Amino acid sequence: MGSRARRVVLPVAVFVAIVLVWEAAVTLLRVHPIVLPPPSGVAVTMVRTAGPIAYHAWHTLVTTLLGFAAAVGLGLLLGFAIGSSATVNAALYPLLVGFNSIPKAAVVPLLVMWFGIGTVPAVLTAFLLAFFPVAVNVAVGLATLETELRDVLRSLGASRWQIFRKVGVPRTMPLFFASLKVAVSSAFVGSVISETVAANAGIGYLMAVAASDFNTRLAFGGLAVLAAMGVLLYGVFAVIERRMTAWAYAE
Amino acid sequence: MDDRYPPPAAGRPAIVLRDVGFAYTTARGVTEALARVSLEVPRGSTVAFVGPSGCGKSTLLKLIAGLLATTAGTIVVDDQPVGGPLKNVGMAFQNPVLLPWRSVLDNVLLPLEILRENGDPRAPAVGLWRERAVALLATVGLTGAEPRQPRELSGGMRQRVSLCRALIHEPALLLLDEPFAALDAFTREEMWELYQRLRAQREFTGVLVTHDLREAVFLADSIYVLAGHPGRLAHAHEVGLARPRTLAQVYGVEGTELMRRLREQIRPARETAA
Repeated sequence: MGSRARRVVLPVAVFVAIVLVWEAAVTLLRVHPIVLPPPSGVAVTMVRTAGPIAYHAWHTLVTTLLGFAAAVGLGLLLGFAIGSSATVNAALYPLLVGFNSIPKAAVVPLLVMWFGIGTVPAVLTAFLLAFFPVAVNVAVGLATLETELRDVLRSLGASRWQIFRKVGVPRTMPLFFASLKVAVSSAFVGSVISETVAANAGIGYLMAVAASDFNTRLAFGGLAVLAAMGVLLYGVFAVIERRMTAWAYAE
Repeated sequence: MDDRYPPPAAGRPAIVLRDVGFAYTTARGVTEALARVSLEVPRGSTVAFVGPSGCGKSTLLKLIAGLLATTAGTIVVDDQPVGGPLKNVGMAFQNPVLLPWRSVLDNVLLPLEILRENGDPRAPAVGLWRERAVALLATVGLTGAEPRQPRELSGGMRQRVSLCRALIHEPALLLLDEPFAALDAFTREEMWELYQRLRAQREFTGVLVTHDLREAVFLADSIYVLAGHPGRLAHAHEVGLARPRTLAQVYGVEGTELMRRLREQIRPARETAA
């Protein structure tokens, strides 16, 4: 088996095996469907409620991407500021680390208090979770510029801005694009947490409602959709990363 | 190829150091890295600084480039006191620090981009850039390497590209900080011959910091031994070997004798430091 086939076939085979074991176990052990529905039952429910699931999935996607976009914007700004100024670094970096150590789920009630139940707290939670990896990666990329390279450029009369533009930004790009993968996953987690607690749309909301109705099948359906979306979002940014910074990957 | 090595021009020296000192402050107090260094570098010559690690050789190079400011004394380059980063300088280091996202050609052209953006009159018309870079790359044996990526090159090739980047804007001063230290012995010897060839073709004043005494003997017109804490000029030697030099000369009687004396002068300094 080729290595490529191995990478695709093996995980798919394991996944199929787990689903089959699950299906068989639930049927043979007569597990109550409210506790654990069979995968086939989950699939049936997903097909039947495809419309609502698609609506909520779309809502979650939009929420995630809004929070993500804001996070990339602020993350870039903060990262550039911290990475290019030792003073800004000394002033902000400890605060950022402190802020990042707060479990963001704990902030959701506060956001709901300010902005009410709905999309706004979800977007903000996504944003709060996602800006940190972007900021840190960009800052690290800028701050680790080789002194020799800086000297080469300064001895040509290059300004700080020129060094930043010609060298700082391009060499930071691999780290920036790598951080996007992490950030989009974090934003996704953030929006779903907030939807679960206080929203009226989104997969998180759908799952909360399903759980309160003891609709285990639908809850599992929501989980399956979340898994698929998470993998998809990560995958898209992994591909973008490869495309944009091929030079950083020596063969 | 014309390998005549034009003798250093008479007249005003390219670099003048007068009682140069450098001290820096750390949490543990003020550290003096260099003290009372005075010397003159004739235009078009190459000088080498040798000495034990930590004697301030690299610091001296940065002071000459204006990347650090002297805390005592003055440095004059081309009749102008150095008060900030010089602009007519090319630099190369042990680490070639090429930009991995640029091709070899675009790495070499980086200095011209900076000069042009800054409205520097030394920047040639953009139409001539490629031709100039290709010619320079040919001199160092890298014909055809223009579109290649730095990661595809060997260490020696990268260092050649780094040298081309340091010379593309035809600087008056070439400052080299252990440029060949990471290369294997044979590649290093090739690079010495390459330096000599480049110097035969174009006029620049070279300042070399090195640990390799053979390198100093091959390349330099004068060798200065720095030693002590703070680093001071301990000894100075004129290298009398004729140009163009050969490896045989370096390993011959006169070269070996010079290296023996240098070694004897550096060893006690190392022992004091340890």
